[in-house]
Amino acid sequence: MDAANPIGAAEAAPRRGGRVRPGRRIADRLLRTACLAATIVGAGVLGSILLMLIVQGVRGFTPTLFTNPTPGPGSEGGGIANAILGSLVLTGIGIVVATPVGVMAGTYLAEYGRYSKLAGLIRFLNDILLSAPSILIGLFVYTLMVRPMGTYSGWAGGVALAIIAVPVIVRTTEDMLRLVPGTLREAGAALGAPLSKVIISVTWRAASAGIVTGIILALARIAGETAPLLFTALNNNSWFSPDLIGGVANLPVMIYQFALSPYPNWQGLAWAGALLITATILVLSIIARLVIKPQMSR
Amino acid sequence: MPTLTETIAFARPRAAAVRKGPSRSLDSLFRGCAYGAALLVLVVLAGILGSILYGGWPAFREFGFAFLTSSAWNVGTEQYGALVAVIGTVASATLALVIGVPVSLGIAIFLTQLCPGWARKPVAMTIELLAAVPSIIYGMWGLFVFAPLFARFVQIPVSNLVEGMPVIGTLFYARVPSGVGVLTAGIILAIMIVPFIASIARDMLDQIPTVLRESAYGIGCTTWEVVRHVLVPQAAVSIIGAIMLGLGRALGETMAVTFVVGNANRLSASIFDPSSTIASRIANEFNEADGLQLNALMALGCILFVITFVVLIVARLLTRRVKAA
Amino acid sequence: MNAASAIPTMDLNRNHAEEGRAVRIAVKDLNFYYGSFHGLKNVNINFHDRQVTALIGPSGCGKSTLLRCFNRIYSLYPEQRAEGEILLDGENILDPSVDLNELRSRIGMVFQKPTPFPMSIYDNVAFGLRLYEKLPKAELDMRVEESLRKAALWDEVKDKLRQSGTGLSGGQQQRLCIARTVAQRPEVILFDEPTSALDPISTGRIEELIEQLRDEFTIVIVTHNMQQAARISQFTGFMYLGQLVEFGPTNRMFMNPTEQRTQDYITGRFG
Repeated sequence: MDAANPIGAAEAAPRRGGRVRPGRRIADRLLRTACLAATIVGAGVLGSILLMLIVQGVRGFTPTLFTNPTPGPGSEGGGIANAILGSLVLTGIGIVVATPVGVMAGTYLAEYGRYSKLAGLIRFLNDILLSAPSILIGLFVYTLMVRPMGTYSGWAGGVALAIIAVPVIVRTTEDMLRLVPGTLREAGAALGAPLSKVIISVTWRAASAGIVTGIILALARIAGETAPLLFTALNNNSWFSPDLIGGVANLPVMIYQFALSPYPNWQGLAWAGALLITATILVLSIIARLVIKPQMSR
Repeated sequence: MPTLTETIAFARPRAAAVRKGPSRSLDSLFRGCAYGAALLVLVVLAGILGSILYGGWPAFREFGFAFLTSSAWNVGTEQYGALVAVIGTVASATLALVIGVPVSLGIAIFLTQLCPGWARKPVAMTIELLAAVPSIIYGMWGLFVFAPLFARFVQIPVSNLVEGMPVIGTLFYARVPSGVGVLTAGIILAIMIVPFIASIARDMLDQIPTVLRESAYGIGCTTWEVVRHVLVPQAAVSIIGAIMLGLGRALGETMAVTFVVGNANRLSASIFDPSSTIASRIANEFNEADGLQLNALMALGCILFVITFVVLIVARLLTRRVKAA
Repeated sequence: MNAASAIPTMDLNRNHAEEGRAVRIAVKDLNFYYGSFHGLKNVNINFHDRQVTALIGPSGCGKSTLLRCFNRIYSLYPEQRAEGEILLDGENILDPSVDLNELRSRIGMVFQKPTPFPMSIYDNVAFGLRLYEKLPKAELDMRVEESLRKAALWDEVKDKLRQSGTGLSGGQQQRLCIARTVAQRPEVILFDEPTSALDPISTGRIEELIEQLRDEFTIVIVTHNMQQAARISQFTGFMYLGQLVEFGPTNRMFMNPTEQRTQDYITGRFG
């Protein structure tokens, strides 16, 4: 067999027994194996985490889990109903505050600020805020709201989560609006529509699936955030007051406190909460990816 | 000489009636709202820096430059220094990169070059879902699943093996082989940053024109050679940017680290020993802190702000330059 | 007359005198800049009422640029600017005091690629109407139907007005865009290579449609297809390197151009 055959040399795969030196083939084999191994480790960790949550968490899924508030230290029974409700309220505040701000800011960057230096700076800083340590945002909201108000509150927790959600929404909104072809904007403007009307009726609509994806991703991001809630909403072992003043029970901080506690009942509740919150977030993330697909392929 | 205009007989003289259009004030209101929302991003960032500077100022004033170099952290005597937490932060994040980067690149190469087409989407999705798992869950997995295994199969055998050896004996000796410590934190952080780096690296490798890859294979290169000589040089700058982005995340990660770093204020040369990071210390102590301790924690926050923001700015500049090219 | 340095104005006046038709748009000493790039150089040209005027020339000659001046759509991009005068019924539309939205409601535009909005067929057509006229539902329905009929699309879509406009075929989408433009009852309609993304059959239908629309509207069409210009236009302007080289009745332009460059382009020697 002649490896120098020019037609054979055009084949994509390296030729066996040709002029490929053994060293090259070993390096190639090593790389392929290492890459496969890395991928297996990554997938294996996810599997291991899910397995752990299911094994430890399913036992905690009793009827009272969703009806009773968290029990006191060392006592038996109880549930995490107050923490579930609190988390819904906090993420609800977060997303309700963050969505208009994020969508409008993303709209500014994509539609008005394409040629402005200020917009360039804001875009850059937004990207940085996107990966900023969430605990610093907790410190900020503590100084901004908890200290002046003299008490932890659900409002502070909601604002902290909103600050984390905004950059996610800004970024996806801008990216998605930029995918809308410029001719569509020109067509809108050519009919005599003011820019705001073109944005609301045409470009937002064309990018709607992507913008919704961004909001879902932001929701998934803040639903499991713990650090910024430690100093803002804290936690509470009873039902929180409807005005959200004082500590508000929430899943992440509950999990943190209960998982590290010496009481088996609390630990069990922490596992059940962990399973619940992880499942919710994974489902949200998968939904977001399914929504974005038709948008991207257009 | 008459101008052109005067010689033209226009078909219809300009009608006085003007169409009544949509309101202009609503248009500018909308624009103003968008502008305000965008400015809010700036305000928030300034607010974060301002609030922690304000909170940390008394500690900086009290201890001066020594705050950075002191390893003390004593609530009783009110002596505070950042050294242990800064070293713990940098060490755990560095370990995370050392472990996480090869794994990320391996996954990116697998997904773009080796993976059969049908498996590509599910595998990519699995890796991306790693990024969605909340950090507190990583903390629980690290503490309850990983740490016991790590103590039993790594820390204890390695400690026994290296005991008494110079340098290695110090670096890899666990006084209390409980499974938690700086290395454990680094490993958990590595897992957490893998999906971010892998996803950016994958995008970069995907963007490299197929022609380039095919021509390399066409002259008989092996996969390894294509990766080493064609793909990596092409994507190098942005992959470094992605790595910096991962570093930024690792430096500021709080909950997962708080579970597995051991939370000890001790300077130790061994990566098996427990320590603290800036974020874990703030998370642990902030709610019970008062007076100068609170200021010292805020001052730690300032240091974290500076470190992470420098890293993130470099990261964004690197990933941006490629986009522009 | 020295052909190479001829100023188009001379020709223009003669043509105008020859034809004796009323003018809708008069362009005077128009210069256009993309940043520092000089895209149009001293263009002077008249467009006649209820006639089709075609602008032809090789890619990058400035024919689309000229078209985009008439509704000032270029002003969406801050680095683009026009200098000179464009008189629409005697009023200079380049004047900064002109209300752009109102101007654009009077001058419709159809683009190279179909641009249906992501909404129903009905809403697409009603989009411009709702902006400027508050019509009762019945009248709005009537205007939408009338516009779709004028765009020769009514029979194909009358049963699916609530379906998305993006689901139509390319040719149908382009006719939908024409219907949307016609609905506003503009005075002038600008076509920017309206058939270059379409198959021959759809192209034929659009050309027929433009012929019919001439009864009501003043039409300017940019095309890279010389046969198309010859088929549907009454006047033709040939542009090259940002200048208007020659302008005149289409017949004369194609049979007997005065300029060597026009001759060369029309006979396919460059372009």
